[in-house]
Amino acid sequence: MSLLTSLARLRALHEGVAQPIATVRHCHLSRRPMVFIPLKLSGEAAAPLAAMLGTDRDRPRLLVVTQPRNRDQRFAWAAELAGVLLPYVESFLADTETVERRNADPYERALDAPQLVVPNLGAVAFTRLLGRSTRFRRTDGPYPVPEEVPLLGRWLTYLGERASYPGSSLMPAATEELGRHWATGQSGLEDANLAALLHWITDGPTDDAEDPLIWPPAGPATDPGFDAEVLAPAIDSGSPERVTEALRTQLEPTWRLMWRAIDLLAGLPEGASVAQRWEQDRASFSGMAAAIAEGGPPQPRRDGAVAAAARLARMERAQAAYDVQRAYDDPLVMAEFRLTGEAFAGEVVETDPGHTEGEGRSRKLRPLVVVKTDDPVRLPAGTALGTPQRRGQGAELVSAAGGLVTVKITKGMGRGRTPAPGAVPEVGERVCYTSLTDDFQGSPALPESESTPWTHGGPPQEYVPNDDDAQEEWS
Amino acid sequence: MSGLKRSTSGPGERLAALRGTTPQSPHDARAIAALAANPGCARRALLDGAGIDKDAAARHLGFPAPFGQSPFAITRGNAFESLVKADGCAELLRMLREVLGLPIAEVAYHDVENVGAHLRHAHTRALIDRAAAGAPGAGTLYDHPLLSLEIAGSTAYLEPDVVAFQLGGRFHIVEIKSFAVIDGQADPSAVAAAARQAAVYVLALRALLEELGHDPLKVSHDVVLVCPENFANRPVATLVDVRRQLAVLRRQLTRMTALDRLLDDLPEDLTFDLAPGEDGLPTRPPAELADALRRTDARYAPDCLSACDLCFFCRDEARQEGASDLLGRQVRDELGGVASVEEALGLADGTRHPAEGQEEIARLLRNAERLRKECLA
Amino acid sequence: MTVQQDADTRSPEQVIADVLADLPRHRGVVVDSPPGAGKSTLVVRAAAHIAATGEPLMIVAQTNEQVDDLVTRICDKHPRLTVGRLSAGGYVPPRRLLDLPGVTVGARVQDLGDPDIVIATADKWAWISGRVWPWAIVDEAYQMRSDKLLRIAGLFERALFVGDPGQLDPFSIVDGDRWSGLSWDPLQSAVSVLLRHNPDLPVHRLPVSWRLPASAAPVVSRAFYPFTGFRSGTGPDDRRLELATQGMGTVHDRALEEAARSGWALLELPNRHTVRTDGEAVQAVALLAARLLQRGAVAYSEQGERPVSADRIAVGAAHRDQVAAIRNAGLPPEITVDTANRLQGREYDVTIVLHPLSGRRDATAFHLESGRLCVLASRHRHACVVVARAGIAELLDAHPSAEPVQLGVPVKFPDGWEANQSVLEHLAAHRV
Repeated sequence: MSLLTSLARLRALHEGVAQPIATVRHCHLSRRPMVFIPLKLSGEAAAPLAAMLGTDRDRPRLLVVTQPRNRDQRFAWAAELAGVLLPYVESFLADTETVERRNADPYERALDAPQLVVPNLGAVAFTRLLGRSTRFRRTDGPYPVPEEVPLLGRWLTYLGERASYPGSSLMPAATEELGRHWATGQSGLEDANLAALLHWITDGPTDDAEDPLIWPPAGPATDPGFDAEVLAPAIDSGSPERVTEALRTQLEPTWRLMWRAIDLLAGLPEGASVAQRWEQDRASFSGMAAAIAEGGPPQPRRDGAVAAAARLARMERAQAAYDVQRAYDDPLVMAEFRLTGEAFAGEVVETDPGHTEGEGRSRKLRPLVVVKTDDPVRLPAGTALGTPQRRGQGAELVSAAGGLVTVKITKGMGRGRTPAPGAVPEVGERVCYTSLTDDFQGSPALPESESTPWTHGGPPQEYVPNDDDAQEEWS
Repeated sequence: MSGLKRSTSGPGERLAALRGTTPQSPHDARAIAALAANPGCARRALLDGAGIDKDAAARHLGFPAPFGQSPFAITRGNAFESLVKADGCAELLRMLREVLGLPIAEVAYHDVENVGAHLRHAHTRALIDRAAAGAPGAGTLYDHPLLSLEIAGSTAYLEPDVVAFQLGGRFHIVEIKSFAVIDGQADPSAVAAAARQAAVYVLALRALLEELGHDPLKVSHDVVLVCPENFANRPVATLVDVRRQLAVLRRQLTRMTALDRLLDDLPEDLTFDLAPGEDGLPTRPPAELADALRRTDARYAPDCLSACDLCFFCRDEARQEGASDLLGRQVRDELGGVASVEEALGLADGTRHPAEGQEEIARLLRNAERLRKECLA
Repeated sequence: MTVQQDADTRSPEQVIADVLADLPRHRGVVVDSPPGAGKSTLVVRAAAHIAATGEPLMIVAQTNEQVDDLVTRICDKHPRLTVGRLSAGGYVPPRRLLDLPGVTVGARVQDLGDPDIVIATADKWAWISGRVWPWAIVDEAYQMRSDKLLRIAGLFERALFVGDPGQLDPFSIVDGDRWSGLSWDPLQSAVSVLLRHNPDLPVHRLPVSWRLPASAAPVVSRAFYPFTGFRSGTGPDDRRLELATQGMGTVHDRALEEAARSGWALLELPNRHTVRTDGEAVQAVALLAARLLQRGAVAYSEQGERPVSADRIAVGAAHRDQVAAIRNAGLPPEITVDTANRLQGREYDVTIVLHPLSGRRDATAFHLESGRLCVLASRHRHACVVVARAGIAELLDAHPSAEPVQLGVPVKFPDGWEANQSVLEHLAAHRV
């Protein structure tokens, strides 16, 4: 968090309403999102209690385990969940586009992908655990589960994993996305409460948000008071209806909040790079679907040495790109870099569009631009620069002093003797330059898993899902 | 769960006055472990030192703590513990063999809880003394041993939900927790809490050995954490190195002896007395209690919301003061010396002239304000 | 892991001999080297030793500067060895390298001929394939992330890993909790992962710091290497720092005099919470550096007598914005000003350090990371002047301790809090 965000928080606290910290939306929003609010049984690692879900805000589906300690009911619940989720996920598989690739066969990429919107990071973690506890099950053998349960487990695992992938929108958490766009007058810890966060953004703060009787927690943990006074007696009564109605009271308020959160985000214009990141999500989704179709095994419990390094490289790459893209897409995010002197913006006061360097054949067009800025520039001469106004161009800082910065355009000028119209900013234009650039070189190859070197434990034993996994107790 | 009782004698008189007629709140290992949660908070240090029941105080003030435990979690915890301890800790023994890599043939099991309460500490001492001098080979499990710890000059008795395991004169603390270990990983904050708590027992057991003339290092700094594995009830044991937690705990206990400094600064007549009536419920006017508390310095940070019973009271106070502490330690730190929201915003929009030493933060804030205005125009 | 417990009593020469003797006996040998303990000397010695067997050797370092530095040192000591310096496309080799006989620079292994030694950064090595070297030396192995080792470990059969366990750990911009506890956690250092999978490999320790003076070695050793320890190679009388001109009695002058006299000084500013780029502290750092030059400091050591010129002075801070602010304060450009991260592995006569906790109200894990302070406090041959606001002791005292604990992750020592406390206690005796 930067001083810019801190200032927004101070302002929010003073005004009694959240302040924007983004001018565009940095996540993709599906036309048909699936809202998913899971609840778990307190004291258990991953025992499902209920879920409210659906794509229609007026018709939520409520799935309940009315006897939470009954193993069969849990699997029945998982099968029910699969009955809602799998058709939704699979509905995106039919329409695809063919994508050509260098050095690889073309592949089919889904034109759209599922989007599972959950309330908070706790829900993401719980989804991952639900996936973990169901994906190794077998539909045959001594402890058979309904057919769709292991498949559900693989999709839940996939979506849960993807949620920690920087810039992905396949499984956004409402509190995280809202928090990326608005600063409240409370702490980040308190922002994890969806009701509190939303009130800050809409009507202003209220302590009601922390009162579980008015706003039940958004899950996955339930309110201990509710457990003691409502849920436990309902379960003991043996009445499935009573349990269901009790849980409905806990989920419905959050359901309404979730759609409000989606509306709020939808009210922001989409950032320029969002479509590109969503395209990566679609590609990843199609890859997962293909792996399942090819009969691949369920995801392993933990990454092997090579898989871990590969995932880390992908995530770091995605994080770097996400950070740069948000700054380029959004002047308010870029302002954070201007504040620290890693970017500057201002008006062009002078240009030398015909400036060249080199002689004869190696003579190159290197236009000069002088920018007048109020920003504290902390970049040394020679720094490579990029600009959101002309994303294909590269530039270099020549000098900076007294609020005047001279920039030399070094890339993207073409081969002509004079610049193409519009290629060099005109005097009077507002421009922004930054040392933040996204010039990724590609990452070097990793060994095949079976060639894991001795430094990392040697070739791993191949994982074969076994009966133990399939029979693992779920209690 | 009962806890810690201490003898008031010697330097504790001022603290006793702070407590007044309120019975001393029992501390358990968790409470002692929590001393490190916010050591900079004088209010908390005084309340803890005096043994005031912060939960009761918070409720009386109209700011009940946001902590509660679900009956499902309690049931689950108890069921898991009895499973681990069933059949004379047979399951525990299996795990100890595995995790310590020891060929433990058989163990004796002593449940100290079966001894009358007033004898338990003496009984624990005798058992441990014998074991430390002990014959090699035979392992022993001590369930519910009653240990004690010196805190700020008085003796605190820890009533442990803990098992001590001894083999060949070497001790391990066994901590049974009902959060799950899934594929080798567990909730890091839950593990940390367990480690802090276990460290209290390690320290207490070491102190006992030392007092009895044995080598305190016979108590291992590796504690055995027993948790359910994956989604099942089957327990799994993991060694957790608590050396860091021990160091923190020692520091905090040393600090407790420095409470005098805080006490010296207090007004003579200050008391946190809840004035409990016959039914045990506080009768002191809440406003008066609130006033008394406000005469001590709190150091509110949002982390308190998960660590201190008084958190809502102190947050409310911070709100009334317009303190930037509300926004978190990081924001507060970033603002340099500027403590109030009003002041920071005044510096940002230029309506307030920076005081000496505030020139830089004022410049940064003005710059930030300019950028925000420009981008949101 | 077989830690050589008797390292304290072995001479550095004996340790090096033991390391070389261990090389053919084990697939991997690890050497821990505290600051200035002759790590580069060892690498050069081992390189020559292996090259003498006639078997090809690859050397892995972490940065281009480190690679160039090693190439220069190897050629200097062993002019008859041929060295191939592999580099990425954009790399411009420094002049001094091109002038060295026996050195070839190229982007591909094929371009290098068949030198005795091929040397490159770990990042560059990751692009090489199709050949296996019988020997490798991995330098700064504690600063190398294990995923980098994974990419290059197939290139060699046996390796010597050399590094300083006390410096900053490798890090990532993404959250790596998902891998915590795994023996191959890609965010752990190359050495941690190597030793978790090969616990029987010998671990040697260089016992003597040739850089740190007698005034600093015990302080750094106690705070940052509490279980292993090292000593200084020079005695209290072997190093001397003299200021040629008289001081004017200012705090800055007195701090420099204290540092010249004792090897340490703490210039303490009034207690105040400040922004990170605390102007007063920045000014103090700049003034100290300027006065040090003005007063004509001369360093006397076993290497002889030499003036402490600007290039022998470094200024260290925790954050980049602090570094930028100090640079803007008008220091001669020859003085190195950098973050702890980038000062790793470097050496100066005098260092001036802006204490990471100066002016802070709360310490974060970043500020408390022991490696950060270790780097800052162990770059000097003669003296270290620390600039800090009063109140760090109270800040440490009030620091909440609630770090999360991951199962299966070995606890790392020293603890940042303890290390900070230890250094602070020492500095208190040198306060002006």
